[in-house]
Amino acid sequence: MLKPLTADIRPDRAALPLAAYESAGGYQGLRKAIAQTPFQVQQAVTASGLRGRGGAGFPTGMKWSFVPLSGGSAGGAGADSSGHRYLIVNADEKEPGTMKDRWLMEGNPHQLLEGALIAAWAVQADIAYIFLRREYTRCAESLTRAIAEAQKAGYVGERVLGSEWNIALRMHMSAGRYMCGEESGLLNALEGRRATPRNKPPFPQVSGLWGRPTVVNNVETLCNVPHILREGAEWYKALSPGSDPGTKIYGVSGKLNRPGLWELPMGTTARQLIDLAGGMRDGLRLRGLLPGGASTDFLSAEQLDVKLDFDSVARAGSRLGTGTMIVLDDHTCPVGMVLSLEKFFARESCGFCTPCREGLPWVARTLEALEQGKGESSDLDILQQHVGLLAPGRTFCALAPGAVEPLGSALRLFREDFEAHVHQKRCPWK
Amino acid sequence: MKTFTPATARAGAIHLTIDGRRYDVDAEGKNLLHVCLSLGLNLPYFCWHPALHSVGACRQCAVKLFKDETDTKGRIIMSCMTPVTDGMRLSIEDPEARMFRGQVTEWLMVNHPHDCPICDEGGECHLQDMVVMTGHAYRRYRFTKRTHRNQDLGPFINHEMNRCIQCYRCIRFYRDYAGGTDLEAMGAHDDVYFGRQTDGTLENEFSGNLVEVCPTGVFTDKTLKMHYARKWDLQTAPSLCVHCAVGCNTIPGERYGALRRVRTRYNGEVNGYFLCDRGRYGYEFVNGGRRLRQPLVRTGDSLQPAAAADAVSRVGAAVSRATGSGASAIGIGSPRASLETNYALRSLVGPANFYLGVSDRHLAILRLMTRVLREGPAPIASVRHAARSDAVLVLGEDVWNTAPILALNLRQASSNAPAAAAMKQKKLNAWDDAAVRGAIRHEKGPFFIASVEATRLDEVARECHRLSPSDIAALGFATAHEIDASAPAPAGLSEPIQAAAQRIAAALKAAEHPLVVSGAGLAAPEVIQAAANVARALKKAGRDARIGLVFPEANSFGASLLAAGGLDDAGRVLAAHGGRVLLVAENDLFRQMAPESARSLLASAGHVVAVDHTTQATTEAAEIVLPSCTYAESSGSMVSSEGRAQRYFSVFPPLEPAQSAWRWFDEIAVRAGKKAAAWKGLDEVIRAMTQEFPELRGVRDAAPGADYRLNGSRVPRKSIRESGRTAVTANVSLHEPPPARDPDSPLAYTMEGASIGAPASLNARFWSPGWNSDQSVSKFQVEVSGQLIGGDPGVRLFEPPAQEAGMYFPPSPADQPARDGMLMLVPRYHVFGSEELSSLAPGIASRTSPSSISLSRAECEKRGLREGDRARVTVDGAEATEMAVLIREMPEGTASIAPGVPGTPVLPLPAWAGVTLASVAAEAER
Repeated sequence: MLKPLTADIRPDRAALPLAAYESAGGYQGLRKAIAQTPFQVQQAVTASGLRGRGGAGFPTGMKWSFVPLSGGSAGGAGADSSGHRYLIVNADEKEPGTMKDRWLMEGNPHQLLEGALIAAWAVQADIAYIFLRREYTRCAESLTRAIAEAQKAGYVGERVLGSEWNIALRMHMSAGRYMCGEESGLLNALEGRRATPRNKPPFPQVSGLWGRPTVVNNVETLCNVPHILREGAEWYKALSPGSDPGTKIYGVSGKLNRPGLWELPMGTTARQLIDLAGGMRDGLRLRGLLPGGASTDFLSAEQLDVKLDFDSVARAGSRLGTGTMIVLDDHTCPVGMVLSLEKFFARESCGFCTPCREGLPWVARTLEALEQGKGESSDLDILQQHVGLLAPGRTFCALAPGAVEPLGSALRLFREDFEAHVHQKRCPWK
Repeated sequence: MKTFTPATARAGAIHLTIDGRRYDVDAEGKNLLHVCLSLGLNLPYFCWHPALHSVGACRQCAVKLFKDETDTKGRIIMSCMTPVTDGMRLSIEDPEARMFRGQVTEWLMVNHPHDCPICDEGGECHLQDMVVMTGHAYRRYRFTKRTHRNQDLGPFINHEMNRCIQCYRCIRFYRDYAGGTDLEAMGAHDDVYFGRQTDGTLENEFSGNLVEVCPTGVFTDKTLKMHYARKWDLQTAPSLCVHCAVGCNTIPGERYGALRRVRTRYNGEVNGYFLCDRGRYGYEFVNGGRRLRQPLVRTGDSLQPAAAADAVSRVGAAVSRATGSGASAIGIGSPRASLETNYALRSLVGPANFYLGVSDRHLAILRLMTRVLREGPAPIASVRHAARSDAVLVLGEDVWNTAPILALNLRQASSNAPAAAAMKQKKLNAWDDAAVRGAIRHEKGPFFIASVEATRLDEVARECHRLSPSDIAALGFATAHEIDASAPAPAGLSEPIQAAAQRIAAALKAAEHPLVVSGAGLAAPEVIQAAANVARALKKAGRDARIGLVFPEANSFGASLLAAGGLDDAGRVLAAHGGRVLLVAENDLFRQMAPESARSLLASAGHVVAVDHTTQATTEAAEIVLPSCTYAESSGSMVSSEGRAQRYFSVFPPLEPAQSAWRWFDEIAVRAGKKAAAWKGLDEVIRAMTQEFPELRGVRDAAPGADYRLNGSRVPRKSIRESGRTAVTANVSLHEPPPARDPDSPLAYTMEGASIGAPASLNARFWSPGWNSDQSVSKFQVEVSGQLIGGDPGVRLFEPPAQEAGMYFPPSPADQPARDGMLMLVPRYHVFGSEELSSLAPGIASRTSPSSISLSRAECEKRGLREGDRARVTVDGAEATEMAVLIREMPEGTASIAPGVPGTPVLPLPAWAGVTLASVAAEAER
């Protein structure tokens, strides 16, 4: 089984130095890319079927194609060559339960740099930023060193690899809010503004950082790109048995014997992952799982054979998200678990739109009341109503709709637990 | 009532169906909220503001949009963020949409205190209105509310953060629109705080608009709080701001004989939705302790109260004697008095004996500006024109300080060109505020400023040039020449000025609606001439160019049209024939000329009669003083910098024996036997004036005459909800007193009668059923942000002649060589402190900076001056004055002082001044 993204990462996750990365084939993808036109590189990535690993699963090549280059863009915007274009690496990994990007950045920073450089070439960016989560200090160290190495080696800077292309690559430590992980909130944060989201359209590809064409890609997404360029789209597709190509960094957390991260073919089932994680700890039974971080719907214990790819998880009523699952066992209060999540989302709401700013704290306080035995039967109606009220389109961005995904599915799957809290006037697990 | 929708389908019109009813609207590119409000439909909103546009934050304006006739499910969309398209089908009344809007209100009310009874916003609160409109009545949220600590934000704004519903309008207005930096959104989630980093006065000169921009009671009028009354208890009338020449329309509110506050009266062509802080808070002079309440007659060294009849008799007799003696009475008018007052004085003394109470030099500037505007190198820009211009050249004028609302609109104009380019290139909607601002983050439009000192508009200008007045003129003349080679070129241009002129000319010429702004601020005729040349050149080049010239005082423009000469002329006439009668209308000569000159002018008159509403140096020096009315207790007309004749109406009746100044002059004329009968009312004054001055015809049409009736009644100044009408005087008599008569207007001091449907010039308040706040203004507009129904008030007096007649001004001869060691001293005006009446308001006075002289670092070094030192300033042998030194970026050889500010001497500016070190500032203060 091929593990292109992580095969070279050392067990202690010490950063792979440039020489080691190069001898493992590193920067060959970049050389190949620069030998092609940006459009050809976009086509190559489009052909690979790579979809964004940040959570939304948007096809990466298509995302790039909306940047207006000379000759127009798929989005219909005219050529815009009068200033900077930006490529931004979204390394603000803050989805609860998710730590996949950290593994990639700590262990193999050059792989990310190469992916970012190829993406920058593909959209003809001249400035790239890595927007890094503040707590990721080890990543910051490894990336800073890698950038310096890449600069010295001529992969970054002026006239990259003897071409006419100049690219500046800078790292920016996020001030640290969940909203910064949303690409338009990230752009505002990078401009030194409040991390509130922007309305779309205009999409960042047309009017992004400082109003200039900008592409924001997730770390894992970009780490796939060098391999696609080096080995080709067909090779990449063959990495996965299903329709979603490539490998995926899956994670498992919860009360399992060996929680962790694995690079596996896209479409691995939840059951296989739980087996890899050594199964549930003694005496515990799995009651459900959040397949892709905190902002996804629960899958039930009956849905363990769902293939964890974008389309299959969507068909099962949830989202692949970041692909890092959180498992709920039968000795943990589902209300408490959801409370913990909603407290996080309520706190991380940017405060811009009313439903999210006011609705999520109400949800969190209601759940808290249930947990404290102060719940009322009408509380379940209020929770249920918020699931519908905080739907996409009613809120400004996707934060609140994501936040109520675990709530809505928990109310459906674990209804009796919620009701028990109300009737017993206490948390039955306490 | 609304006329936004033409009944007949027209080409290009958009057809849409709202709740089953079909509308054809001319609304290409507009959003659905704009369309619905323009149609007069009730749709609640918070974060949207007609001048700030859409950001989609509050989610209150949700409606249901259906794909087509077969779609019965539809989906919830935000109307403010959705462009209108042909064939759209939507529903405001859809149950799910109603439910969602009700839920949004419930969310907003989660943390809102139920303190309406003690909240200053109560009764005119947009949040209250929207809560009622959405039907949210019972709260289900049972947990604690978040609370905040409030801040002291200075003399104008009260802060009560617990009421905040986080609509973000305050910071969008304050930062994005007005360019303020000291109000911020802080914190996140349900704990967002709108305030300053620390307690302190809000610095921006437009901060008072927060009171109206805030949809609830977070930011309220602190001066109103000192003497609070509810909106419905305030007697109001359509009025004008008297504190500069922009002519902003206002709604002052009165109760129990005191003016309580001033609010914006929307006028699409003039001030739109906003006022500056001087205009909003200057009103307190009306209630001030320095008001003159009764006639005074000098006995020895003091002025003693006298009966009005006696005082008028004495003056009338003196005028009569003077006329008989052949040395007729002299009248000095005022740039801050109404046309009617100036005209009445002129009629009393005779045209040849009427002088405008400003220096001859100043009058020459006013005359030059009038000539330029009358000849019309280009049409005069209204403020709305200014806001829509796509290239701007400001020559010499610090507009931010001399015409603040014009500056606020110029600030928006600076982004017009880049915004238009971005909208086209990136397919953005003009109303998508965050997207448009985001797309042009670092771009500045073709906006050029040439000034002696830095101005607050510099931050939006592409180029700022710090030049001496003569160099500013040279830059203007050169720019005109670059645009049109037939415009005369100035001689001896420096290389940088030549290059700048080329760049500016190219940018102005590339624009469709370029604008040139200048004014009396530098008192430099050559700068005004240069501005006229640029406008003429642009017009000749086929551009839709406009010109704006800033006049110094509220009625400088109007009064100058009536006057035979200026103060120096009047002084010469008085000196030539001693013992004359001098009548001064609402003017403090000690602000217009050096004190010794004013003293000698007054001393050369035999009798000095001063008419004013407020005690000042001239009234104190007069023999007889007659109490007139402020704008709040009188009606009259003024001409703004736009040449717009506008009418203001008394808000409350004057306290007898005070009366409008023109009435005093008219009574004196009758008493002196110059007239058979007194004018019966304002209309008669206007009729006489317009007969004599056909150019002022528009004054008559600026508002309906006193005989106008709406449905047979006068238009009420009081609201139908006014409380305590019969109780107010019940301690004196159980009989309700009859309302005061008003012979000057069709308004009545009562609550009887209907006001809906009154012409905009008579509209005393914005109120509509269900819309108790200022947001009801959309019910009075043809279209959101369009003109008021029936037309925006005021009549433009000057349009360029059809035939191109004017000539270019020749560039002024090279500046007289700098005098050795002397500095060219120019005026530097301030929003707070430079204007006479507003400075009497405690809030404005507290915001006034101490008198100072600014000069460049190089000039300071030459003189061994450091910031904070006291400098000795001497002009033409006049007594030296000491002022604090400010080091500013300005051209060498120049210095500036702040006229009007306490401690600044009245000097004939511009002037050559000697500046030397007087005393060193204490080291500790450095």
